[in-house]
Amino acid sequence: MDAESLLLSLELASGSGQGLSPDRRASLLTSLMLVKRDYRYDRVLFWGRILGLVADYYIAQGLSEDQLAPRKTLYSLNCMEWSLLPPATDEMMVQTSVVKGRFTGDPSHEYEHTELQKVNDGEKVFEEEVVVQIKEETRLVSIIDQIDKAVSVIPRGALFKTPFGPVHVNRTFEGLSLSQAKKLSSYFHFREPVELKNKTLLEKADLDPSLDFLDSLEHDIPKAEIHRGSIQGNWQDPALPWPAAMT
Amino acid sequence: MGDPPPAPDPSAPQPSSRRSSQVSEQRSQERAQLPPAVPDGVQQMPLDAQVLRSSQEILESQANLQSWSQGASLSPYEQLAMFQAEEAQLGGMEYPSLNTGFPSEFLPQPYLDGGGIQVPGNASLMQQLQHGRGNVFQELESAYQEPRPDLLGQFSMYQREDLQFSASAQHGPYMSDDPALQFSPSELGFMSFSMQVPEPEPRELAVQNAKAYLLQTSVNCNLSLYEHLVNLLTKILNQRPEDPLSILESLNRTAQWEWFHPKLDTLRDDPEMQLTYEMAERQKALFVRGGSGEGEQDMEEEVTETAVPNIMETAFYFEQAGVGLSSDESFRIFVALKQLVEQQPIRTCRFWGKILGLSGSYLVAEVEFREGEEEVEEEEVEELTEGGEATEAHGEEEGEEDEEKVTDVIPKPTWKPPPVIPKEESRSGTNKFLYFVCNEPGRPWTRLPHVTPAQIVHARKIKKFFTGRLDAPVISYPPFPGNEANYLRAQIARISAATHISPLGFYQFGEEEGDEEEEGRAGRDTYEENADFEGIPVLELVDSLANWVHHRQHILPQGRCTWVNPLQKTEEEEELGEEEEKADEGVEEVEQEIGPPLLTPLSEDAEILHTSPWTTRLSCSLCPQYSVAVVRSNLWPGAYAYAIGKKFENIYIGWGHKYSPENFNPSLPGPIQHEYPSGPEIMEMSDPTVEEEQALKAAQEHALATAEEEEEEEDEDEDEDADD
Repeated sequence: MDAESLLLSLELASGSGQGLSPDRRASLLTSLMLVKRDYRYDRVLFWGRILGLVADYYIAQGLSEDQLAPRKTLYSLNCMEWSLLPPATDEMMVQTSVVKGRFTGDPSHEYEHTELQKVNDGEKVFEEEVVVQIKEETRLVSIIDQIDKAVSVIPRGALFKTPFGPVHVNRTFEGLSLSQAKKLSSYFHFREPVELKNKTLLEKADLDPSLDFLDSLEHDIPKAEIHRGSIQGNWQDPALPWPAAMT
Repeated sequence: MGDPPPAPDPSAPQPSSRRSSQVSEQRSQERAQLPPAVPDGVQQMPLDAQVLRSSQEILESQANLQSWSQGASLSPYEQLAMFQAEEAQLGGMEYPSLNTGFPSEFLPQPYLDGGGIQVPGNASLMQQLQHGRGNVFQELESAYQEPRPDLLGQFSMYQREDLQFSASAQHGPYMSDDPALQFSPSELGFMSFSMQVPEPEPRELAVQNAKAYLLQTSVNCNLSLYEHLVNLLTKILNQRPEDPLSILESLNRTAQWEWFHPKLDTLRDDPEMQLTYEMAERQKALFVRGGSGEGEQDMEEEVTETAVPNIMETAFYFEQAGVGLSSDESFRIFVALKQLVEQQPIRTCRFWGKILGLSGSYLVAEVEFREGEEEVEEEEVEELTEGGEATEAHGEEEGEEDEEKVTDVIPKPTWKPPPVIPKEESRSGTNKFLYFVCNEPGRPWTRLPHVTPAQIVHARKIKKFFTGRLDAPVISYPPFPGNEANYLRAQIARISAATHISPLGFYQFGEEEGDEEEEGRAGRDTYEENADFEGIPVLELVDSLANWVHHRQHILPQGRCTWVNPLQKTEEEEELGEEEEKADEGVEEVEQEIGPPLLTPLSEDAEILHTSPWTTRLSCSLCPQYSVAVVRSNLWPGAYAYAIGKKFENIYIGWGHKYSPENFNPSLPGPIQHEYPSGPEIMEMSDPTVEEEQALKAAQEHALATAEEEEEEEDEDEDEDADD
């Protein structure tokens, strides 16, 4: 959620029971402003919170002008001091897939994972137990990346793509009408499109290249559900593989 | 349009069979009604008349139903589809009756009476019919709904009522065929054509055919080609764009789009918003103070104790902890709970939490009824179940008798279902509290049924998201005994038992428990508030988990809080005489299951993967003097508890599932049961092959030969002996 509209967004997203206490909210507002100034981001989004055993991580993301460019991720333990996280790579993903369990809340904590590795010693091949250390920071990065790829959703029309390539926020976007908001096809994944090139020419002919340049939610398995949030009728979309992620 | 007197006719169903699926069921009902009706055509008239009248209002009059042409031009009728009007089948049914020899003398008269309608065509029409072209007319009439008023006027019997029709159905001079003059776009959706009586001219008939074909509605929607073309042409004529031919396609598209996205009038309500309006209406009722006659008395009554808890205060504290719903929603929940308390005889009430679901969420309220109030419903339920069991018992006995009569006794299966563990009484154990749920504040509260141990046992094995509808089936393996309401109740029971905690000392055991010795291992199950509780400092609450205790009974693996030996015979079983069977099988020893006693501290909870099952936090590290101690469950994500001073509360907001580090794997199906014991009497013997048979034969012959040789030798020996 945008730093500017943080309070309002928090109210609307409160249906799932997760919220922020007033002190956190206040400190977030302040610190995100400072982050935006220091790192010269175009937009700073409060991504969310990851619960840990000892402490919780608060995550924010900074975007530059081009909305689809890789984002910088920052984390903080107390909503005041933010540290930059390294960008996610595929190796990290593989490495951290073996770690299970909760986050501890201590970024310097290292998970130990014993692996059997084959070691070639001359002609002999024997297996050795190697203890691999995985830092919690790495795990954090890859989890955030996974969640983003799976779950971050944006309504159709909120972003548009210019012919030069960069993607901009659509300032004339007024929101989706009620009938459109009920359809899954009016929501897109906010990440590099993967399925777009697999569409047939017929389907592509119906698309508007400036608005429909991302994967739609329609063909996802398991199917996302949209349900009415609060009384005002805002629609929330709990993403199933990550049940705590709501849009 | 003239409806020939409907007569029950076996051929009537034929044309109806040609109808396409667009005919509504209503029409088929009408169709069905008419044939079995009185054979006398007269009596059927009122029915027709009614139908006609209704359609009359819808129909517009047109001109130029010309006479029927000869059969040649009628073949396209086969292609004619239904119209939206209702008379279609009426026409079809009625025409065969014409064949039955309607006195032709009737024909000319009504026409003249009808006024303004061409007559001669009908006369020839009828003649043609009598020449055996009834079928043709069936189809014809099926095509046109509208000829009704005119044709109906034909028959003197119907004259009196149909005069009205014909009068109102004045199809004036049939002007140019320009639809734009006759139709306005807003009417197009609702009407079909009314055409006049056809006159027997082939060309005009062909026109009617074509029109009827164009009026065929599309499969996808209610729009027919005719209407769409009318729209399009109207639009073009109104706008008069330059070079319309080149932009014809886009015009076509926009016309179609506009049909389905009507531009809203500023004066008309937006129908899309009705959902939110309804919701607001429902919630308005919540905010109205109940009861008329407000006065000071009412205020005083309300100020005294009410069962509704102070939700706003709880919400405030939870908000400090970073948990909970927005204050707006909390207030609505508060008002909804107030409504619940007014409706039901409730002694204590608590907001238990919110369970999220795929299409909707559940707000759960935990209540306790006043003494004696809930017995009524329980008894009804019990009677039903008892009745069911009795009939089942009878069924079993009868079945057994039948089996004995059969000469070949079918081997009885040795599998017996595991004994059903009785559910706990109300107000005790898992059923200590009653739960009411609703989807949104403002909707009516539904009571959840009591939970049975079987349901809890099954709920432990499955993991399914809630959909938000209480009657949704829970499809899973092992099959869950119940629907979503039962699954919800089972999860609520598990969550409550696992995560309802309180600061140490808030509750204590009562001192009047005299039979503690007898219950012994079962442990105590009641507690009461400690009046002397002074509160534990927040910092201590956060530091040590030993300062918190469970105040709900642990659920045993059996599914109950107090253990029950499932092999104990109940009275019913003894009546059925199964006691002998069980004695024969041998009593299995079942160990009593013991769980941690009530009021055990959290520090004794089992760990998950080397992590503590609870996490404690101070709500605000910047101001520890005023912060709240928050405890969060790691086993059931979404369960929170806060405590400050003498106040504490539990809440659950989540999906209703336990935390597991691995992904959920459903249990595998059980091993395949043995059908029968293998034994030689059942095993199939393979027939000997030819070689084996031959070998056996050879061996036998050989044996025989050797036996003979031996005999010969013996004989020889004997002879020799004899010789000697």
